[in-house]
Amino acid sequence: MKQFLQLTKIQYLEFFREPGVIFWALLFPIVMAWGLGLAFSGKAKQERTVAWVSTSPDGQLMKNFIHDTTGNNKEPVKILGNTKTGFVTYHFVSATWQDATLMVKRGRTALILGEGRDSIKYFFDPKNPEAQLAYLQISAALKNASGKEDTGEIQPLDQKGLRYIDFLVPGLLAMNIMFGSLWGVSYSLIEKRSKKLLRRMIATPMSKTAFLFSYFVTRISLSTIEAIFLLFFSWLYFDMTVQGSIPALIAMVIAGNIVFFGLAVLLSSRTANTQIANGIINAVSMPMMICSGIFFSYHNFPDWLTIIIRQLPLTIIADTMRSIFTEGAGFAETKMAILQLTATGLLFFVVGKRIYKWY
Amino acid sequence: MVTPPAISVNNVVKSFKDVKAVKGVSFTIKKGEYCALLGPNGAGKTTLMEMIEGIQIPDQGEIVINGLTWKSSERELHRILGISLQETHFFDKLKVRETLDLFSSFYDLEPERGNEVLKLVNLEEKHNALVKNLSGGQRQRLSLAIALINRPEILLLDEPTTGLDPTARREVWEILFRLKKEHNITMILTTHYMEEADYLCERIIIMDKGNILADGTVDELVARNNGAEIIEFSIEGEAANGFTLSDEKYNLVGDDKNEKWKITVDDIVSNLPAFLEEMKQKDIKIKSLECRKMTLDDIFISMTGRRLDE
Repeated sequence: MKQFLQLTKIQYLEFFREPGVIFWALLFPIVMAWGLGLAFSGKAKQERTVAWVSTSPDGQLMKNFIHDTTGNNKEPVKILGNTKTGFVTYHFVSATWQDATLMVKRGRTALILGEGRDSIKYFFDPKNPEAQLAYLQISAALKNASGKEDTGEIQPLDQKGLRYIDFLVPGLLAMNIMFGSLWGVSYSLIEKRSKKLLRRMIATPMSKTAFLFSYFVTRISLSTIEAIFLLFFSWLYFDMTVQGSIPALIAMVIAGNIVFFGLAVLLSSRTANTQIANGIINAVSMPMMICSGIFFSYHNFPDWLTIIIRQLPLTIIADTMRSIFTEGAGFAETKMAILQLTATGLLFFVVGKRIYKWY
Repeated sequence: MVTPPAISVNNVVKSFKDVKAVKGVSFTIKKGEYCALLGPNGAGKTTLMEMIEGIQIPDQGEIVINGLTWKSSERELHRILGISLQETHFFDKLKVRETLDLFSSFYDLEPERGNEVLKLVNLEEKHNALVKNLSGGQRQRLSLAIALINRPEILLLDEPTTGLDPTARREVWEILFRLKKEHNITMILTTHYMEEADYLCERIIIMDKGNILADGTVDELVARNNGAEIIEFSIEGEAANGFTLSDEKYNLVGDDKNEKWKITVDDIVSNLPAFLEEMKQKDIKIKSLECRKMTLDDIFISMTGRRLDE
């Protein structure tokens, strides 16, 4: 126990005596959340186009809705939103159905409004956060304008958490767990091997299990601190909250650390060269960072690739965390992911420790 | 009851891929003995040391320390050995004292032990310094302090002074010398400085290319080389390109550039006149001449044709 406490203490000292690490681990995710959050989720002024298809000549809903808008008659403009979510300027483009679908295909719009006699149909891809936001804002504004309950036929999204920041923060948490383990554990172990420190340490009665476990405990606690920092900031600045189960979220943080700790031990099991360490860590982490839908949805990748992407640990962590954050998921919905990550992590760890080169 | 030797190495072999690093080496070290493993880079010293330290496992042969083997008594051996590896970098961001606390925790020792070893290696004033801010000599002394932390009976030091300036090297020597006097420790150190081996150790084992070339005290090694004294000289003129002496026992050797020549004799006083006479007869003009005792370096050159520090 004494040596385990000492080993854990030195992990902390090494961490906090490196100012760069503190920046990358704690402040960088916040800067990312802030920058990307601003860019995509509406603190800044944004312009969006909505296609408006009228199927009934005597429909009054849209006429009432846009009669007080600015802009020319051809393309009425309405600014929607609030100070928390930011304001979006919507351009309502009247179009035929054919033109409207073409606009969607060309990426000009994400939402089509179909006006019937006294109802509105919303056509959008429920996976597209931009469309979800537009739908929410427009349907709410229409409800206020008409004074009636929303009569829209499609209501696929009715809970909080539809902004890009809601998509981004769980992904950033997952990414932080990955990078924390791969650099904080893998690189650190390989560096100790290259400096012959590993060899020196095992030439004592030091327990190898206590040594590796000290890394794991340090990673779990540091990633919890990092998560608290990021969540606090997201709550303070973007009013973001966790809608699902907090214990499930904690279990996910632990399971995420287990899988990436196991992977880190496996990746660091043989080489003593820090250049190779750089290469290995980048080769493993970069594809996951790009493909796993941290910043942008992976649904745009081809179907066959999506099947693989869904099995990547980072994807599983990010997707499951998002479901906890925005869909109100609890243990029931996340237990399979938690089990899968834990089992994979243990497998990586056992194989890694078996082939581990201590000198 | 006969006490077992501190270290007994029996016909040990170790290979790495295509390289046979140690080729069947045997020797024993008595308790309290200071022994130097002397040899150039690549001689197999470090591999041999790492096998004694339990870091590498021999392909063949057996190593017994205080009657114990690594296979059966790993924990006990960790407790009686003090180790300093070649070029170990410790935790840059830790302070000296924190590093010692970490290593003392591995042996379940009281925290005061850190202070004691700092005193032993004259590093007390640096206890609060970050390891990365230590000089080369201070780092070596820290490495020595860590080796001593568990009150070892046997010290295994792999090139403890390589890369140090002469003053720092002297400091390490003095510490090791004091340990021998006051703590009756057994020690093996590897080095390619013959002066270090000569100063610290009563026993010298010379290794080259995985084999032991010679083993004994300095005097024994010198005696075994048919002569205890050296006449070193340089010459002028064409003869500098190569010449021979009538008596083969002189064991005439020239250096790479034929600038310096030397002969080995059992007694300078009785051999010098005959040597000078022969040179005169051959009309070879001597530019400089030096007479001295044979050193370990001379022994190594006579055995391998190479210098220790090559």
